Amino acid sequence: MSSFWSIWITVLTILVIVGCFVLLRICSKNTTDVEEGESMGHTFDGIEELNNPLPKWWSYMFYITIVFGVVYLILYPGLGNFKGVFEWTSANQVIGYEKGIKEDSKAAVELANKEGRWVQYDQEVKAADDQYGHIFKAYAETPLAELVKNEDAMKVGGRLFLQNCAQCHGSDARGSVGFPDLTDNAWLYGGELETIKTSIMNGRRGMMPPKGGLPIEDSEAKGLAEYVFKLSGREHDAALAAQGQGSYMKGCFACHGMDGTGNKLLGAPNLTDNAWLYGASRGSIEQTILQGRTGVMPAWKEVLGEEKVHVISAYVYSLSNK
Amino acid sequence: MKFNHEIVEKNIGLMGILTVIAISIGGLVQITPLLFQKDTTEPVTDLRPYTALELEGRDIYIREGCNNCHSQMIRPLRAETERYGHYSVAGEHVWEHPFLWGSKRTGPDLARVGGRYSDKWHEVHLLDPRAVVPQSNMPSFKWLADATLDGELTAKKMEVFRGFGVPYSDEEIAGAQKAVKGKTEMEAIIAYLQSLGHALK
Repeated sequence: MSSFWSIWITVLTILVIVGCFVLLRICSKNTTDVEEGESMGHTFDGIEELNNPLPKWWSYMFYITIVFGVVYLILYPGLGNFKGVFEWTSANQVIGYEKGIKEDSKAAVELANKEGRWVQYDQEVKAADDQYGHIFKAYAETPLAELVKNEDAMKVGGRLFLQNCAQCHGSDARGSVGFPDLTDNAWLYGGELETIKTSIMNGRRGMMPPKGGLPIEDSEAKGLAEYVFKLSGREHDAALAAQGQGSYMKGCFACHGMDGTGNKLLGAPNLTDNAWLYGASRGSIEQTILQGRTGVMPAWKEVLGEEKVHVISAYVYSLSNK
Repeated sequence: MKFNHEIVEKNIGLMGILTVIAISIGGLVQITPLLFQKDTTEPVTDLRPYTALELEGRDIYIREGCNNCHSQMIRPLRAETERYGHYSVAGEHVWEHPFLWGSKRTGPDLARVGGRYSDKWHEVHLLDPRAVVPQSNMPSFKWLADATLDGELTAKKMEVFRGFGVPYSDEEIAGAQKAVKGKTEMEAIIAYLQSLGHALK
């Protein structure tokens, strides 16, 4: 802050406090010629004004407020560039700008401590880190396969799941239309521990274009849906499914495989496992074929950090591998 | 002359002037200096202006009163940053007119909601919040999917924002109507929501 604005703030603030004090002193004195408690000599609607002093409790509270204000301004920043005796700041933002260490709580706290400053937010983060940091660090160093067997870690993972994942996948992790069920062991991108972690860390982007981007007529969707029914071993119309198989061979196999078991590298779903992300009815399958599906799993690396994703990955794995 | 209440109490004009002086001091101390601070007037490094569609989405956000229940202001408290991400900084909001910080959190803070959910999730959630969050008490905004934007005023809005110092280029303003015409309000508000917090994660 430039010194002009610093002085501006300081002078105005002090003037107001001093002004309040002076006003209070003046108003506490009897400056009229009337004795205390006597009539001021006029009435309004039969109500008489008496020359009463300011209530004591009220004026004492006013004095206390002034004292509080002064003490506060000595201890905490408030008067322009004056940092206050505690050198308190709400976050490392300011220190960061000053010292060029941006967004690093730990460094900011260490620096602040050395200089006897008090950085509220970063101190808070550091305290929490001292308390919980080692737990997550230990989890992060445990291989996923072992972490799955750690009951405490799975409890932590469950909490993290409820906070961050349940909005789409549901609090029971069974998903809903368009949001995968994580308990059925049907995986679009693979259910291995590391694959799950990759999915959470970097997110996933579904890429089925309308009609698979193939020269398929709208009228063929019915047959295709019937064929997909057949692939899953559901009751179907054999003639229509045979027709659908013809359409399928126009190129659907490129992603979903000749046998319909999908391709986990592409996230192309297995069509034979009777797991339906967008609904199991003929209508929804036809809709999927005609409109395509491009479900998105957001990336959580930036939001949660790898340590937490590590725990969540193990938890998600545990859901379908009891 | 002896100081006397009567002078003030019997001159309503004088009383008015003194009242204005008294109540303006708080603003003079707390607000005026901020208008001249680098921290509060300069954008953070990665800040970009809203696209035409996002800008329309923002107006829908205001129209529907989203800011009555959702704040866009993450305070520097660990409990908040754990849930919502990095605390909000002034430089992220320099191109906001008006600010949509809000002061009431019936729903969660949205300052960094961008990228947290898929577009599809937002669509389902805006149509029927309870379809994805059973405990939610957010109302449904299903009409957004049916209303189409014509974009007639979009360029004008961007020009007004440019007047406030938002760096829109001439091409962006010229292409504004084309960018939003025919899009639904749902698409616009989702584009806006997905842009929130883009400058800092």
